[in-house]
Parts: sequence; C-alpha cells; structure tokens
Amino acid sequence: MDLMILAQEAVVTESTTNLANGLVYGLAAIGPGIGIGYLVGHAVEAMARQPEAASLVSTNMFLGIAFTEALALLGFVLAFII
Amino acid sequence: MIPLLAAESGGGFELPPIDHLFVFPAWFDDGLFGEGSILAFNRTSFLYLLAALITIGLVVAAFGNPKVVPGKLQAGMEAGVDFVKNSIIGAIIGPEGYRYLPLLFSLFIFIFVNNLFEVLPFINFPPTSRMALPAVLSLMIYFLFIFVGIKAQGPKYFWNAVSVPGVPKAMLLLIVPIEFVSTFLLRPFTLAVRLFANMMAGHILLTVVFLASNYSLVDFHSLYEGGVPEIAAHGWIQFALGIPIFVGAIALVGFEILVGSLQAYIFTMLAAVYISGSLSPDH
Repeated sequence: MDLMILAQEAVVTESTTNLANGLVYGLAAIGPGIGIGYLVGHAVEAMARQPEAASLVSTNMFLGIAFTEALALLGFVLAFII
Repeated sequence: MIPLLAAESGGGFELPPIDHLFVFPAWFDDGLFGEGSILAFNRTSFLYLLAALITIGLVVAAFGNPKVVPGKLQAGMEAGVDFVKNSIIGAIIGPEGYRYLPLLFSLFIFIFVNNLFEVLPFINFPPTSRMALPAVLSLMIYFLFIFVGIKAQGPKYFWNAVSVPGVPKAMLLLIVPIEFVSTFLLRPFTLAVRLFANMMAGHILLTVVFLASNYSLVDFHSLYEGGVPEIAAHGWIQFALGIPIFVGAIALVGFEILVGSLQAYIFTMLAAVYISGSLSPDH
C-alpha cells in the first residue's frame, strides 16, 4: 500500500517537473518575443525612413536583440537546471 | 497513430538522454589527463585545442607572408579584419579602440570556428555549448573592461560605472545597486550564457530533427518491415512524414550556420561595447 502511494507520488513529481520545465521556458519566451518583435519592427521602420542610417541602426538593433534575448535564454537554461 | 503503435510494440522513437549529447568520457583511464582528474582530456578539450590551432593557422597562413596583391585566403581574412575594424570597433568605440583590434579579431575568429564545428561533418559538436569556454572568454572580457576602466579613468571608474550623472541624489540610492548588479554581476553571466545557450539549443535542435528523420526514413522500416504486418503496411505514412522533417533538418543546418556567425558577431560586439563603456565616463 505504502509502496503504491510512493509510486504515485513519484509519477506526480516527475510529470510536475516536466510541466514546470515546459512552463519555465514558455513563460520566459513571451516577454523577449514581444520585445524583439517591437525592436526589430521599429528598426526596420527606421531603416525604411532613413536608408543611409541603415548600418548604424542595424548595429544597435543587434545589440538590443542580444540584451533582450538574454532573458529567453535564461529561461531555456533554467528549464534544464530544474 | 503509427508512432503510437510502434511504441506499444517495443521500439519507437526515443531521444538519447541530454547528457549523451554533451558529456564525453575522458580519453585516458588514469594519469594527469585521465578520468576523474580536473584536467581530464576528452573530445571537448581536443576540439578547443583544434579550434585554437585553426585560428592561429588561419591568421599565420593569411598574414605571415603578406603579398601586395593578396591571394584568396589573405583577401578573405582582410575582409574579416576590415569587418571587425569598421563595423564593430569603428561603429562602437571609435578610432581610439583600434588597439583592441587584434584581441577582438582573434576572439571573433575563434568563436566562429568553434560554432562552425556544429555543422562540420564528423565533428558535429559545438564546443561552445559546454559552459567552460564561454565562461572563460566572458571572464577574460570582464577583467579586461575593468582594467581598461581603471587605466582610463582611475579609481573614479567604479563610481562612474554605477552612477548616472544628472539625477537627484535620492534616486542614486535606487540606481547605484541596480547598476552595480547589472554591470559587475550580470554582465559576465549573460555574456557567457548567451553564447552557451544559443549553441546548446542549436545542438539539441539539430540532434532532434536528424534523429527523427533517420528514424522515419531508415530505422522504422528496418525495425518493422517483415515484423508486425499492420505496422509494415502503413510504413509509407512514416516515410511521408519523414521527408518534410528531413528537408527541414537540412534548412536548419543553414539556420545554425547563421546563428553561429551571428553569435560570434554579437559576442565580439558586446565585448567592444563593454570596453567602450569603460573608456569614457558618460553613459
């Protein structure tokens, strides 16, 4: 009897961990997803308005992407650590 | 339906544990470089050395005996130097940053070669997807930008780095801890994690798609043809599923080349940004 309860608990713990892994990454991807979309959209708009500033804008765009993306990647790494 | 049936009859598509993709056994059983030692020499260490040798070899072969009319290799490497010099250092630090060109250029090439190992046949493993290399590289940049800051601004650098000029005194109570954490604690961490997690994600992605296409196109049929008849009769469904996966897998190889070069670029660019922030006190 006790063994069965223990086995059930083990199953619940494992599936909860899997669910948590998925949730950690999925939730961590929402914010950076919105952020990168907003950032690149405005960068493209800026490049379309002023094509001569395209190289400057794209350098800063990659910089912004790198900073924003870090949050999603932290979620990705945490999903493996949990 | 078909994969479900296959799974019920034993077999089925299984991914290897994540450790098998990234952790390799040491090459020697005992001794200084053997199993269990802190200097254990395995496939990852070998690839680090190989990448360093390739970097040195490329630079020596291209610039060791420079010609006025450059050959193919020299012209290519000169384009790389021009790229780092103009698009990274020139755009971010300015002309006073040209003294960091050798460091940033070799950093760029080294990370690029490491990332390209992911799609190189028979290697197929990016050594940057183990934390050791990104951590060491980002610590190197961390100590470099602190050293550059102290050299350029003196001890006032630490105050300039954590404060923002022109805000009310009371706000500094809030700003200084935030800036301290983001500059001196989070910077090296995110710099390393960005490179590491991108390459790790890419390696897992490629492994999953190629194992899935191998299973659908080859393994499934050798496992079940002539075995369970109701599964073998539907083998063409699995095969038809496998074709788009395989096409997608080949497209993803191109995508990973893009990600690898982009990450090398971003790492070099962020190193330049951190150095430029230390050179001048304004934010």
